[in-house]
Amino acid sequence: MSEKVTSLASGNEGNLRDHAFGYLARVKGGDMGSMPAILGVIILAGVFEFLSPFFITKLNFANLFVQSAELTMLSSALVFVILIAEIDLSAGVTGGVALAVFIDLIKAEKWPWIPALIAGFVAGILIGVVIGFLVAKIGVPSFVVSLAFFLGFQGMQLVLLGDGGVYRIEVPAVIAIMNSNLPLWGGWLLLLVCITCSLSFSIWDRGRRARTGLDNKPLSIVVIRLGILSMLGTAAVYYMNLNRSMGQVPIKGVPIVTPITIVILAIGTFVLDRTRFGRHLYAVGGNPEAARRAGIKVVGIRISAFIICSFLAVVSGVFHASRIGSVDGTAGHTIVLSGVAAAVVGGVSLFGGRGRLAHAAIGALVISMIDNGLGLLQMPAGISYLVQGGVLLMAATIDALSRRRNGSVSRT
Amino acid sequence: MTNPVPIIELRGITKSFGPVDVLKGINFKVYAGQVTALVGDNGAGKSTLIKGLAGVQPYDGGTVHFAGEQIEINSPTQASSHGIEVVYQDLALCENLDIVQNMFLGKEVMKGGTLNEPEMELQATKALKSLSVKTVKAVRQKVSSLSGGQRQTVAIARSVLRESKVVILDEPTAALGVAQTEQVLNLVRNLANQGVAVIMISHNISDVFEVADQISVLYLGGLVANLTTKDSTYDEVISYITGTKTQEGVK
Repeated sequence: MSEKVTSLASGNEGNLRDHAFGYLARVKGGDMGSMPAILGVIILAGVFEFLSPFFITKLNFANLFVQSAELTMLSSALVFVILIAEIDLSAGVTGGVALAVFIDLIKAEKWPWIPALIAGFVAGILIGVVIGFLVAKIGVPSFVVSLAFFLGFQGMQLVLLGDGGVYRIEVPAVIAIMNSNLPLWGGWLLLLVCITCSLSFSIWDRGRRARTGLDNKPLSIVVIRLGILSMLGTAAVYYMNLNRSMGQVPIKGVPIVTPITIVILAIGTFVLDRTRFGRHLYAVGGNPEAARRAGIKVVGIRISAFIICSFLAVVSGVFHASRIGSVDGTAGHTIVLSGVAAAVVGGVSLFGGRGRLAHAAIGALVISMIDNGLGLLQMPAGISYLVQGGVLLMAATIDALSRRRNGSVSRT
Repeated sequence: MTNPVPIIELRGITKSFGPVDVLKGINFKVYAGQVTALVGDNGAGKSTLIKGLAGVQPYDGGTVHFAGEQIEINSPTQASSHGIEVVYQDLALCENLDIVQNMFLGKEVMKGGTLNEPEMELQATKALKSLSVKTVKAVRQKVSSLSGGQRQTVAIARSVLRESKVVILDEPTAALGVAQTEQVLNLVRNLANQGVAVIMISHNISDVFEVADQISVLYLGGLVANLTTKDSTYDEVISYITGTKTQEGVK
């Protein structure tokens, strides 16, 4: 082992080539992040385009985007609990219960929709508090708690909505989320805001490091990352601004759900990467005992993770209701396992402490593509589940193997 | 003696678990800028003595004096408010975080509500350099990629960052190879040279002789010997540990 080095490096030195090799070394060392999932997206796009002429079309492209939004949100919700090595199997039905509260207040109590929606979110937050309390304070395994809630809430949905009750949502603002689009300029504005934000964060970070007298990563990395973001963004906005309707009424523009998702993911990423809470969340996931000894209030962090999870699960539920246009007693029953699958496929470690919201989003895209692509090929739903299961198993195996390569498993 | 007033002085410390007296009236002194080794066989009461100082398991009787003043230590928070830091054998590092993040865990430097990463990186680098650490290549490495000795280094360097006055090391060299042991012992020496009082628990007598200024020997809950390393011998320490010799004379 060559352990003799005279000065301390920060890992930011060197040119682009060094960083590229550094990245390759990390991947080889088992720290792959979302790389397999990104490859998965590319491969799936190629395969489905080859098999179905409809896969890469304007209509399906937007469709896929909208379809994956609720899964992205749910899987992002789950990231917060998976990061602390817990699970929330009730996330899907939490959304369902919140929707039932929402629609009940509108239909039975004649509430206006905004307070009713707030009440739905409050219900979600309360559910998070209860689950978090049982897990973190009492010490019941989260798997069991959330399984119990998963079963119980299915009952609660039926109680709230009545057997076989299906309620149409007559709130235009909620329906619009998944079914309406931004004006054409709105898409471009969104892209501009995203690029500006990304650029300003880079500049700010680099400036701060430079003022402290530390090395910065080569500028070319920032330029390349920004270039890729702008290229993909421009292509996506351009494509979605084209008329994708097959009927008389033109449909064009970026779906409204897109900016909502981006804003939530951005805030979440900011919290995880740049705040004390985020750092402590990762610490609790990596080594709860170390976190406790460092003076971190582990119980509080755990409960907060469950609250955030439930809150975002309600957002996912609202997306679902908006897409379907109605609320019934089965909302959110099946999505949670896809959500876990998406997070794991995207590179979030079920062992806790490793993963980002972007991973969940990419994983959700993979799962949605499988669902969407196989649907277009008119495969039976069974095949889609089989393939999703296989992909999940593969991702979890990669996760476990990469941990072993990291040498983390031997330490108990 | 370099410093007449001990930074930590324990007087008549007792602790019992039910009918078992684990500590039977310990008097123990630690001086700033010195490495005090605490040795003794398994069950002699080393861990119990340390846990009391760390505030994890308060003593039953006796008094603790910090730089001459009597203090109460009933919780880890109280201990750390007096600048007492314990580096446990399992180190308690988060493997998924990097070195800087681990060193500042729970004591993050903030600016405008967000983490001030450059400042933390700078201070961590300075702390490692002040200990003449040569084994750690980059401060932004994940702890999972570090060897045992490097992890120990990070754990010890963390106490420098927190400006601890007393650092307690629990078997710092237990799981290390020869070269790594050497590096960690150098680190311990450098830490004491910065004016920190270091208490090192160890089973390895040759390590103790290499780095300690004072050696205190525990035997069945009593402090049987306070020795100055340079006036003592290996065999003498061993015989205190095994109980064949007491400070009053050979049994």
